Amino acid sequence: MLLEIKGISVRIKDRIIVDDISFEVGEHDVCMVMGPNGAGKTTLFKAIMGVVPHKGKVLLDGVDIGTLKPRDLAKRIGVLSQKHQPQFAHTVYDVVSLGRYAYQSGIFGRLTEKDKEKIEEALVLTGIEDIRDQSVLTLSGGELQRTFLAQLFAQDPQILILDEPASHLDLQYQIAVFDLLAKWVREKRRAVIASVHDLNTVYSYGTKAVLINRGRIHAEGSVEKVLERENLKSVYNVDVAEWMKNLLKHWE
Amino acid sequence: MKNSKTTGKEIMHTKTVLLSVFAMLLFLVVFFLSMLTGSIGFSLDETIRLILNCLFGIGDISDIPDSVTTIIINVRLPRVILSALVGAALSLAGAAMQGLLKNPLADGSTLGIASGGALGAVLSIVLGISVPFFPQAGLAIMSILSSFLSLIFILTLTYKIDFNLSNQTIILTGVIFSMLTGSITSLLVALSGNNLRQVVFWSMGSFSGKGWSHVALMLPFFMIGAVPLISLSRELNAFSLGEEQAGFIGVSTRKVKFAILVLVSVLVGISVAVGGTIGFVGLVIPHITRFISGPDHKKLLPFSVLFGASFLMGTDLLARTVLSPAEIPIGVVTSLVGGILFIYIFYTGINARR
Repeated sequence: MLLEIKGISVRIKDRIIVDDISFEVGEHDVCMVMGPNGAGKTTLFKAIMGVVPHKGKVLLDGVDIGTLKPRDLAKRIGVLSQKHQPQFAHTVYDVVSLGRYAYQSGIFGRLTEKDKEKIEEALVLTGIEDIRDQSVLTLSGGELQRTFLAQLFAQDPQILILDEPASHLDLQYQIAVFDLLAKWVREKRRAVIASVHDLNTVYSYGTKAVLINRGRIHAEGSVEKVLERENLKSVYNVDVAEWMKNLLKHWE
Repeated sequence: MKNSKTTGKEIMHTKTVLLSVFAMLLFLVVFFLSMLTGSIGFSLDETIRLILNCLFGIGDISDIPDSVTTIIINVRLPRVILSALVGAALSLAGAAMQGLLKNPLADGSTLGIASGGALGAVLSIVLGISVPFFPQAGLAIMSILSSFLSLIFILTLTYKIDFNLSNQTIILTGVIFSMLTGSITSLLVALSGNNLRQVVFWSMGSFSGKGWSHVALMLPFFMIGAVPLISLSRELNAFSLGEEQAGFIGVSTRKVKFAILVLVSVLVGISVAVGGTIGFVGLVIPHITRFISGPDHKKLLPFSVLFGASFLMGTDLLARTVLSPAEIPIGVVTSLVGGILFIYIFYTGINARR
């Protein structure tokens, strides 16, 4: 297994936010993490990256990632946060180039030719090469999302952890981004973990799924198994299938 | 497409070069203006020859009268250099704090370090603490020491409240700490009796009567704080996008944050010691600089140093000439100039967004 998440629990004061979550992600997997708002998805991701106090551990190729130096971890796992609230007028290019931080050395760490190549590649991949000189304060939500996605590609890790990567994107870009991820993950020793609300996206792009409710795993395994009608009904308190059929009828 | 991106970069590069030339020229103009202007005016020729002789040992100054030499070399030059160093230190510290805490309103004083340092300094005046052979050293040592102690206190408290040393917790602790030390300082001032005038004048900030010994005290601490801080530009860029994000791209956030906080407290502590509490420099100068140079710390920090130095030399010039022969405490001038400037920036900034 590429990535093993073993018994992650997060407790803040008396509240248990994440309760003993374990699952595995293999090579070429796109693992969809689902669950209602407040189910603990974001906290789980933060615990995996070690930025919140937690129990349990995460093994990458059998190595506890808690023992890795921040730079080495950044070269192997990259994270796209759910929210970005820039305060200063950095250009898109500057933000994307920070993705190369882990590879730079020396006091002033000039960008090498390889760094620049990776940055160009990331700008093109995410379709933001035209706004490279713009200030991030002037971007739309979708452009900002793609800027940080580009930073992540520049960082060039093995595993992407994406917290609601589709949240600010319109349908066209949503599809474009997941098409891109599906292609990206085909390379050797790569995997994606993404929290996604849209069931269609989960169904179309997921190779496995984890359904979380109130900090616990409700269902886990193949996408087909997790997306069973009863699973969704008990977690979301809505008969999702009936709801989706509504729109389907309109098209038929 | 390829063309437009190269031109974009070339424009950026040209802009940086022009800005560097402008910042250097501004520094030199303000420096010589400060050297030439005062209760007694001197010729530019004499002044330049004296400065070159004093700093680099070049040229012959035997034809210049001793009285002129004394005033320029022993009174004016150290004062101007000192104000430049303090201005540079305060704005560098401010710029770093703003980037670190991702908060454009943060400043060395937001942390509570400045008021902690001030408490130590006032304590040394009231208690009459002094070091044999170095009359000003007692105040300086007390100020730096209490800046450090304040930092350690604030950090320990913040760690106890919030393990991640999150920004809100730090600022909140800093504000509470400032209030606490401020009230103790006021109490000491009220009880100080004989020393009241000295304490009040010091607390408003002034370079009056400061000489080479103060420069000798300031310079090493300035270098110790400024050089490593500027070398942390990339980390500050990462922090200015958010601490968590900085961690995700590979910055050792807790280590780097601790280092920056210590360096900032060295800069603020020594500045308080030699100049008193001088407000607004650390807030306004980085703000204006960021406006001109952009938020990239590789440019922002060096330009903040130059603009901060020019700004404080200029305000000190105003402080000692406007009501001559009387002197206005420089803290009053910076707060006045800085406050008005700040309101203006805020106002135009808000209007521009509408």
